[in-house]
Amino acid sequence: MLKRRDFLKTAGLAGGSLLLPGLSGRALAATPRAHVVVVGGGYGGATAAKYLRMWSGGAVDVTLVERDPQFISCPISNLVLGGVKTLADITLGYEGLRDTWGVKVVKDEVTAIDPAARTLRLAAGGTLSWDRLVLSPGVDFQFDQVPGLDSEAARGRILHAWKAGAQTVALRAQLEAMPDGGVYALTIPLAPYRCPPGPYERACVVADYFRRAKPKSKVLVLDANAEIISKKALFTQAFARYKGILEYRPNSALREVDAASRTALLDFENVQADVLNVVPPQRAGAIATQAGLKLINGRWVDIDWQTFESVNTPGVHVLGDAIFPAPTMPKSGHMANQHAKVAAAAILRLLAGEAPNPAPVVMNTCYSFVDASHVIHVSSVHQYDAAQRTVLPVAGAGGVSAAASEQEGRYALAWAHNIWADMLA
Amino acid sequence: MTLSPRRAVLGLLFGLAASAHASPAPDPDLARNLAATCTGCHGTDGHARPDATMPVLAGVPAPELMQKLREFRSGTWPATIMPQIAKGYSEAQLELIAAYFAARK
Repeated sequence: MLKRRDFLKTAGLAGGSLLLPGLSGRALAATPRAHVVVVGGGYGGATAAKYLRMWSGGAVDVTLVERDPQFISCPISNLVLGGVKTLADITLGYEGLRDTWGVKVVKDEVTAIDPAARTLRLAAGGTLSWDRLVLSPGVDFQFDQVPGLDSEAARGRILHAWKAGAQTVALRAQLEAMPDGGVYALTIPLAPYRCPPGPYERACVVADYFRRAKPKSKVLVLDANAEIISKKALFTQAFARYKGILEYRPNSALREVDAASRTALLDFENVQADVLNVVPPQRAGAIATQAGLKLINGRWVDIDWQTFESVNTPGVHVLGDAIFPAPTMPKSGHMANQHAKVAAAAILRLLAGEAPNPAPVVMNTCYSFVDASHVIHVSSVHQYDAAQRTVLPVAGAGGVSAAASEQEGRYALAWAHNIWADMLA
Repeated sequence: MTLSPRRAVLGLLFGLAASAHASPAPDPDLARNLAATCTGCHGTDGHARPDATMPVLAGVPAPELMQKLREFRSGTWPATIMPQIAKGYSEAQLELIAAYFAARK
């Protein structure tokens, strides 16, 4: 719990020798130290853990609970599918949070939250108590919405690769094993889902791989949406450059999957593929429901935009893809990083008994690769609107690239390394 | 949301003295918080990785940063993304951001 070490740091003492034997740091401190527990070590949670420590000058204890031993980035993971990057390139450790920032990193999974008692239970059996809780659980997949994907065996054959990691590597292996002349079909759920441009980027990057390695193969994009929902003109241009390789079909909602034959059942046709990649519909991570947080549409957590606190559960702040988004706000890693900073600032003010920033600002940048090196972006800035009690996109600001470029390809990779450092280093 | 004592008092004062247009107390950490919206790309406190792709903002004199930001906003300095982003902030917000980064070591 870092009590002793942090007390020493806060008090400016060089070592433990000045403490009287038998007295702990906490016993000597004038006021009890506040403890914030952060659940989920992705773009939202890792950033929140670091900024709570950094902005409190180490005065607030922070515990990060994360079930995976390392962070694996979803952004850039499509390049692993394309054979341009490896999983190692998008994998980072939590040592920086632990060693540089004094975050207590606990590799475990939260099984139950009791907001009234301000405690949570860990799968390994322990209990943690907090003064404030940050939940950054990401999304859970609604496999029940996709008949045919209800068994582990089916889900081992029909991959999503929409959480980077083992699935990314497995889907890459399926693409590599596919014979030239095969069909890779990618299904996209209705918005909102994690990373709006991500499926279109994936289609491009896989088509680029096919062009280089298996030129007789096809990419078939089956989109439940009526049109491309992010960077439409730019992706339309990109798709045109893959003419003969990539086919885009809007209004093609997936109704069912036959895993054995790798067939996507749509309303009016069945599409058999050699590699079938289903991005399932999503909702806030299940722990949000377990904690009793108010959801909108039964899927996304309803939050206060000044504090990111659940509207019905005081003391519990929710970040990232799990929240019901403000108007035009994408579910992106960049946005989760921004959420985390607003929440961290608000939590420190609330712990001090002060009002939070009344006018938070967040902004977004999403870069998408249309081949191994050319990239397009979408950007936006969102300012708090007191009358509507939400953040709204600034009219006249934000926008998309004029055209795909290698210059933005360099920016995209620099973005990744800088934001990973902003979260973890 | 927890109502802090100070917030409750402020609310009371504004409720009595002013109308619906009463503005809440300004955020003492506003410059820091606004600057933090830049640091996903430009690095924590403006310390971007030293590969020269993303400009390091830490320690750049505020007038220099402001001039660049104004040129982004007016379109006189063409760029891929910063003209779009700079237009999302008010002049006063950009001044706070520039001053914050200028003061970083």
